[in-house]
Amino acid sequence: MVLTALVLSFMVFFLTNQPPMLEKVAKFEGNSRMSDEEVARYLENNGFGQPMLVRYGEWLGVLPGWTTDRGDTVSGRCIDPGQDAATAPAFCGVLQGNWGDSRVFRDDVSSIVGTRLYMTGKLMLWVMLLMVPAALIIGVLAGMREGSKLDRTLSTFSIATTATPEYVSGVILITVFASSAVGLKWFKGTATAAMENATFENFFLPVLTIALYGMGYIARMTRASMAEVMTAQYIRTARLKGVSFHNIVLKHALRNALIAPFTVIMLQFPWLLNGVVIVETLFNYKGLGWALVQAAGNNDIDLLMGISVVSVFVVLVTQLISDIGYVYLNPRIRIS
Amino acid sequence: MEPLSWGEILLRLAYQFMPVWIALALTFGLSIAYKRRLGLYGKLFDNMIGMVGFAIVMFWVYTALFVGLFDWIITHDPLSAVSGMKNKVPGTPLRGAEDGDYPYYLLGGDTLARDVFSRMVQGSWVVIRIAPLATLFAFMAGITLGLPAGYFGGRLDTVLSFLANLILAFPVILLFYLLVTPEMVESGIPSYMAVVLFVLPILFMIVLINSRFHTQPTRRNVLVALVVVVFGWLYLSLINDPGTPVNFLPVDLDLFDIPGGILVVFVSVVFVNAPTVFRIVRGLALDIQTRDYVAAAQTRGEGPWYIMLWEILPNARGPLIVDFCLRIGYTTILLGTLGFFGLGLPSDSPDWGTTINQGRKLLSIYPHPAIVPAFSLLSLVLGLNLLADGLREESLKD
Repeated sequence: MVLTALVLSFMVFFLTNQPPMLEKVAKFEGNSRMSDEEVARYLENNGFGQPMLVRYGEWLGVLPGWTTDRGDTVSGRCIDPGQDAATAPAFCGVLQGNWGDSRVFRDDVSSIVGTRLYMTGKLMLWVMLLMVPAALIIGVLAGMREGSKLDRTLSTFSIATTATPEYVSGVILITVFASSAVGLKWFKGTATAAMENATFENFFLPVLTIALYGMGYIARMTRASMAEVMTAQYIRTARLKGVSFHNIVLKHALRNALIAPFTVIMLQFPWLLNGVVIVETLFNYKGLGWALVQAAGNNDIDLLMGISVVSVFVVLVTQLISDIGYVYLNPRIRIS
Repeated sequence: MEPLSWGEILLRLAYQFMPVWIALALTFGLSIAYKRRLGLYGKLFDNMIGMVGFAIVMFWVYTALFVGLFDWIITHDPLSAVSGMKNKVPGTPLRGAEDGDYPYYLLGGDTLARDVFSRMVQGSWVVIRIAPLATLFAFMAGITLGLPAGYFGGRLDTVLSFLANLILAFPVILLFYLLVTPEMVESGIPSYMAVVLFVLPILFMIVLINSRFHTQPTRRNVLVALVVVVFGWLYLSLINDPGTPVNFLPVDLDLFDIPGGILVVFVSVVFVNAPTVFRIVRGLALDIQTRDYVAAAQTRGEGPWYIMLWEILPNARGPLIVDFCLRIGYTTILLGTLGFFGLGLPSDSPDWGTTINQGRKLLSIYPHPAIVPAFSLLSLVLGLNLLADGLREESLKD
């Protein structure tokens, strides 16, 4: 897992540090009409002239940060403006807790990622609260009588939601519920206000948009697993014993049918992250996804590295939870 | 002239799609008449969901072909603006229409006064050209790497699975933002990725032929030479592109140039899809190699590649075909995502994602420029999903 995170962060570092990308950084910092020599001098003075592996090591904090001696002043990666070069630490990377500075927001990456992550976390929490129960209910209702009319209807619904990416469902939902063209002004079309003060009116549409796309997939998995359980021997035994259908579903089938969807829900996280970026852009909700778009558009290297480390970490942790949870939920593995 | 009412708009739209209806009717008539002789494809017509899905998919395929090849259906130039038609509602008569101009903007005008309907049908041509081809390449790459990983196992499997999981753990949008930028095209990384990714299908075909015909060297040599010459040339023209670091072929030999923007879109979509295909193929290979017919082939003394490509792969076709349909839909969604973020494709491109992106800025006042491509994309992906569902049900019946 550590190896995966290292390789992935190096991949991001490698891509963001291609020469044309660095030129873009220089022109962002200086001005857009810099000549090639000026760009080269800027990059040399700011530590971009070293080999890529060395700079990755600096970012990570296993190699000492760069310093440039310009006669009267000494500047460097670990030297804050105005600080004496002699007192500055030699190492300042992620391992020392220094995530670098964002060039777009002019702030510490760790504080930006912190606030944005909180916003996205709020969004994700409500998405989960809406998506998981709805998907499980749809899946169980569809799977308990396979082939019935209810099953057909719900299955078609879940296929339709998996076929609707967020930028399509978001556009449709805004048009129907928030635009003046249709006239149903039930909700707000932007969620900017929801960052401080989330209400049902300004927060429901973004949550629903993300939840809908993930819902169909989980519902289909639940349906498949429920349908399989309903044909099992012990369900037939229970029916022959005279247990009511209601009790069979709730007491005998449900618990076994929910093992498979659990892993699916956990593995949905990487997909949800995509949805978050789209929805935050569409509804102008300034969370992690929005920050990612801003950072990527301006090649803000340190912020991009921070965000990608966070998102890769989230994905890897959910994979781990899904493995552990599977063992814990499944008595056949737990006991043996 | 009066603006059209909704009924008239629908009638005119239906009339505009006339070639598509005829083609659909012919396809369905012929297929249903001969369905007993058409194998899995014929069985699709016993299944209501599959038929509906197939109809929607073929509707878009025919639309794309007729628009792209014959310029039928389309009413106006998708790129040119007509003054006074900005943000007009559906059914507005064209201002200053001359003889030969189509007199209405059937689905209205967008913010740059272009015809929404024409852009929508032209957009289908972009999607239908890229999505299936990109999926095909992803499958080729996934199969070429997945079969040996599942069949041989061991260290090869560990390394390849690690790489696949690595790409899968990466948020797709971050990858797109890093790969699909003009600066990246300039640095040449997508071109080098294209060099690696597109060589896999050729390797696949050479190994396929060699493993089958290595007992008849003359025939094998002819076939391999044919593949190498034809596909090798296509491959070289594909990866070779002036303006990128991969540029070595003389201009006379270069058959066609893919604009850097399109190539990088293609490469990144293949790159994102291939690991999932790899995992599916690896799983299937692990499952099927325990079967008796594989043991029989091993006892006969067949080579490992023959067993993988001519014993395991044909028996894995059911799940692979179903996943292929689903994955075309997913690729369409990914293409739309790229367009939505304004990556890769030029900003006046009529493809659906880009159009949605442009339309969303005025969504609450003029929804029609964004809603039309949104519904088109939704229906195509829905059709592919229904088709995959129908195919799955029918292939399980055997």
